[in-house]
Amino acid sequence: MSTMIKYEEKELKVVGTRPRRPDGVDKVTGRARYGADYKLPGQLIGKVLRSPHAHARIKSIDTSEAEALPGVKAVVTRDDFPDLAVEYAAAGELTINFHDVTRNMMAREKVLYDGHPVAAVAATCESIARAALKLIKVEYEVLPHVIDVVAAMQPDAPLLHEEQYTEGVKPRPEKPSNIAKRLEFKLGDVEAGFLLADVIIEREFNTKPVHQGYIEPQACLASYTEDGQAELWTSTQGHFVFRAQCAKLLQMDISKIRVTPTEIGGGFGGKNNIYNEPLAIALSRKSHRPVKMVMTREEVFRATGPTSGGNVKVKLGATKDGKITAAQAELSFQAGAYPGSSVSPASMCAFTRYDLQNVLVVGFDVTCNRPKVAAYRAPGAPIAVFGVESVIDEMAKKLGLDPIAFRLKNAARAGTQTYYGVKFGPIGYVETLEAARAHPHYSVPLGPNQGRGIATGFWFNIGNETSATLNINEDGTVTLMLGTIDVAGGSRAAMAMMVAEELGIAFDRVRPHIGDTSSLGFNFITAGSRGTFSSGMASVVAAREAIAKLRARVARIREVPLEAVVWQDGQARPAEASPHQFVPMSLADIAKVAGKTGGTIAGHAEINAQGAGPGFGTHIVDVEVDRQTGAIKILRYTVVQDVGRAIHPAYVEGQLQGGAVQGIGWALNEEYVYGADGILANPGFLDYRIPVASDLPFIDTVIVEVPNPNHPYGVRGCGEVPIIAPLAAIANAVENATGIRFCELPMSPPRVLHAMDKAAGKE
Amino acid sequence: MSEMRYEAPTTLAAAVVLLSETMGSARVLAGGTDLLIQMRAGRISPELLIDIKGIPEMTSILVENGCYRVGAAVTGMQLIEHEAFAKEWPGVIDGVKLIGSIQVKGRATLGGNLCNASPAADSVPALIAAGAVVSIIGPAGGREVAVETIATGPGRTSLARGEIVTSILLPRRTPYCGDAYLRFTPRTEMDIAVVGAGVSLTLDEQGFCRQARVALGAVAERALLVPEAAAALIGTRVDAAALERLAAAARAASRPIDDKRATREFRLKIAGVMAHRAAEIALERARRRN
Ligand SMILES: Cc1cc2nc3c(=O)[nH]c(=O)nc-3n(C[C@H](O)[C@H](O)[C@H](O)COP(=O)(O)OP(=O)(O)OC[C@H]3O[C@@H](n4cnc5c(N)ncnc54)[C@H](O)[C@@H]3O)c2cc1C
Repeated sequence: MSTMIKYEEKELKVVGTRPRRPDGVDKVTGRARYGADYKLPGQLIGKVLRSPHAHARIKSIDTSEAEALPGVKAVVTRDDFPDLAVEYAAAGELTINFHDVTRNMMAREKVLYDGHPVAAVAATCESIARAALKLIKVEYEVLPHVIDVVAAMQPDAPLLHEEQYTEGVKPRPEKPSNIAKRLEFKLGDVEAGFLLADVIIEREFNTKPVHQGYIEPQACLASYTEDGQAELWTSTQGHFVFRAQCAKLLQMDISKIRVTPTEIGGGFGGKNNIYNEPLAIALSRKSHRPVKMVMTREEVFRATGPTSGGNVKVKLGATKDGKITAAQAELSFQAGAYPGSSVSPASMCAFTRYDLQNVLVVGFDVTCNRPKVAAYRAPGAPIAVFGVESVIDEMAKKLGLDPIAFRLKNAARAGTQTYYGVKFGPIGYVETLEAARAHPHYSVPLGPNQGRGIATGFWFNIGNETSATLNINEDGTVTLMLGTIDVAGGSRAAMAMMVAEELGIAFDRVRPHIGDTSSLGFNFITAGSRGTFSSGMASVVAAREAIAKLRARVARIREVPLEAVVWQDGQARPAEASPHQFVPMSLADIAKVAGKTGGTIAGHAEINAQGAGPGFGTHIVDVEVDRQTGAIKILRYTVVQDVGRAIHPAYVEGQLQGGAVQGIGWALNEEYVYGADGILANPGFLDYRIPVASDLPFIDTVIVEVPNPNHPYGVRGCGEVPIIAPLAAIANAVENATGIRFCELPMSPPRVLHAMDKAAGKE
Repeated sequence: MSEMRYEAPTTLAAAVVLLSETMGSARVLAGGTDLLIQMRAGRISPELLIDIKGIPEMTSILVENGCYRVGAAVTGMQLIEHEAFAKEWPGVIDGVKLIGSIQVKGRATLGGNLCNASPAADSVPALIAAGAVVSIIGPAGGREVAVETIATGPGRTSLARGEIVTSILLPRRTPYCGDAYLRFTPRTEMDIAVVGAGVSLTLDEQGFCRQARVALGAVAERALLVPEAAAALIGTRVDAAALERLAAAARAASRPIDDKRATREFRLKIAGVMAHRAAEIALERARRRN
């Protein structure tokens, strides 16, 4: 059974306003407690020994000297964890396999990337823990490695997994391969479609892996007791999923692990996966002391995240009058050390903005000697869309059409059959294109060396299992317990606003909290832009259940039939024209007597939210290119997005701006730099360049609201769409400024200067 | 576990004694914005830290015979907020302003930037272009050297064991002189120079360049004084042709490497561009100053 609540148009008092977020004061005064802020008496510090090789077989691990060091209380290696069989589970948008999760947490047979954990130590202080790491002797047999995705796909490439045979090809291949999987999405007949085309464009693109770049490194604190119970505090996007994964990896009952999510300093999909958590619990179990583990930035870069780098081939055919006749793409994604990249959602997003008859998308999931990739905001979509929207731009230019007009001519609308399965209901893609075209930004004149680019993005958005509890306190205020994480977007405020709207009370009468895993039923990870959609729906369900109980209570107190009591403006009132009139009771009135009239009133929701509404966005960007240095300056940026309904417009704008900024970093400067030795050369923010504030203009936003019919307040979710378009929008703008099309990211100054000099015949 | 000792002497003499008498590894600690990071990364583990921020001579900005003497432990923000100094040496301020963030500059010192001996240090090319002279004290007494002789390679200096840089002396300013420093970085802030260029020049009443010094950062193992680039300007009105010759000389003097931050090819091109643009700014400042 799944839950879907229909959208109702109604007069709104709270939804759509901009109150101050409940977590705001704590955050600006430094009171907010992030992962590293938790401490327990007697705690030890845990540290991880990591592989110095990109690829090697572990011949032996000797921890005896480390264990003998005074102050060291426990050391764990692969021998402290059970091997696990192949078993798949969902974790955000990506699927995990426990056989690999346990190996990524702690290497077993081989190390597969620079930074792969091989042992962990708990000691009375950090310097002792670090000294102990140096005393662990690991004997490696170094193997040849492969970093690049195209190289990893070659038949003679160094092989990561000897038992990995490409899935999805028939007959089953005879030789193992780094290609873990081939997948295909198909609609109509592309060959026939290309025959109808007047113009065909074929291009190949390459992107580099990029990190989620959250400011807070992973941090956790675990305490394991002698009766086999574990408590864990961690910075996570999904405490229930972390609990399940720790239980599996440590072979414990789920009920014996309690996870409290801390405030989170950014995640963007990078905190969907466990890293140190099971190690901290295992070290605590072994040492009988609480163990705290905080990653350094270098560890974050070497061993967590990133998203895939990809090779993307696009072929597009269109008629002279601008109708797309066929669209084809081949996506090869780096999965990192273990299979499971975002190539599948990327494939589904590649062309979905268009109403097409003939589509073929083939995806390859490829293992290579890098950290196992994690989800990153609209996982995979920006990579595929960089290629597709670049080709769309080129096609519009070739056909002599305005880029927005060309897109409108082919735009997906309600009723469009997508090539991945669903048929769209009401969507707002056309509305975003029209709003972009009408925006002053689209027509303001450009100066020399300046260019303008357009690109668009689509993301599914998801729902899934969600629980919430709403307690009416003795004074009539409300405590709202949520199970999705406020991934720094202000979603707590949005949920409290919907509850205030339902109950007819002021926003600040509702105090939202994120509960630990023992306070609520299961909640799926906060991913897929599901937070405000699904927790909002759960909050509304809980509020409506509470209202039903409130009405029943008043009916009993006032001795009238239930139908005679309606809930309006925060009060139980006699229904209009009812023969049973009575003195209304406010929420506070009822709360005051609740204890003596049957007990406290609460509302609950344990739902599987369905009916998430797809999101679309159109971006406009102006750039200026320095012809002498290759530096690209973002002059102006506008995000236009259909969000269904903005519960708290300021926080929605923040999402649109943040997504655009991360996309700008991806387009311009972010990249992992590996040496020939397979070692990451830039594991820090100095040389891994995310944009700083002064690199950016104010990001303008236009919120388009085409309500999602399957949410009580029309919410679609908005966090992921805005990172999809920037890569192509900027590349299109640079092409507009220089006449050079960049098919390779990042468009960093050396690359841009090189290309310009080459085009000018200077090289 | 080895223990680390921390001392904060209040006189130069005491600091020199501490530094030269210690058997193990000792380090001068100024703002610590380089040192602490190197310690955290495990690259160095000194047994003794000698904090020099409590020594008055090292933390003051003085005027001596019309020349500025800047203590080696003067922080970036102290210098930036010194309005009279900033007016005299806008190019040095250009360099100092680029060091990290306001928070970093609140700690970072001129002496630290110099003695850390990074080829990309931002204040150093500007100081070299300015013709700054460094005062050093050590077990064998004091000496004075040109600023460009301090760094000898990445992380290496010409300082002898036990020597401390105490202050930096800038020459007297004359009419029609101007200086500038410019660096190229992919980001606008919180980045490290891919190439830096400092230019200081003096014009005569007719607008001819009489004196010039040009220095480049991040194009060799240390910041370079490039007399050929300066020669391209001297005697000219610093016109387009002279600036082109300056850029060519800057490129010719550069001997960069390929690394994670940029290619050799890119650095060579940018060295010319930065020198050219810095000279234009210095020229503009010189014309405005009489
Ligand atoms: C976030 C960040 C950003 C940065 N950005 C930049 C930048 O953009 N440009 C740039 O140039 N630098 C940058 N730096 C580096 C650093 O801030 C500067 O080099 C700074 O000037 C160092 O000064 P300090 O006083 O902190 O030196 P310390 O760290 O205290 O010392 C540096 C070295 O010099 C030695 N030393 C210090 N003073 C003396 C002395 N008087 N005599 C002899 N030896 C001495 C020390 O022993 C040590 O080896 C950045 C640093 C950080 C953390």
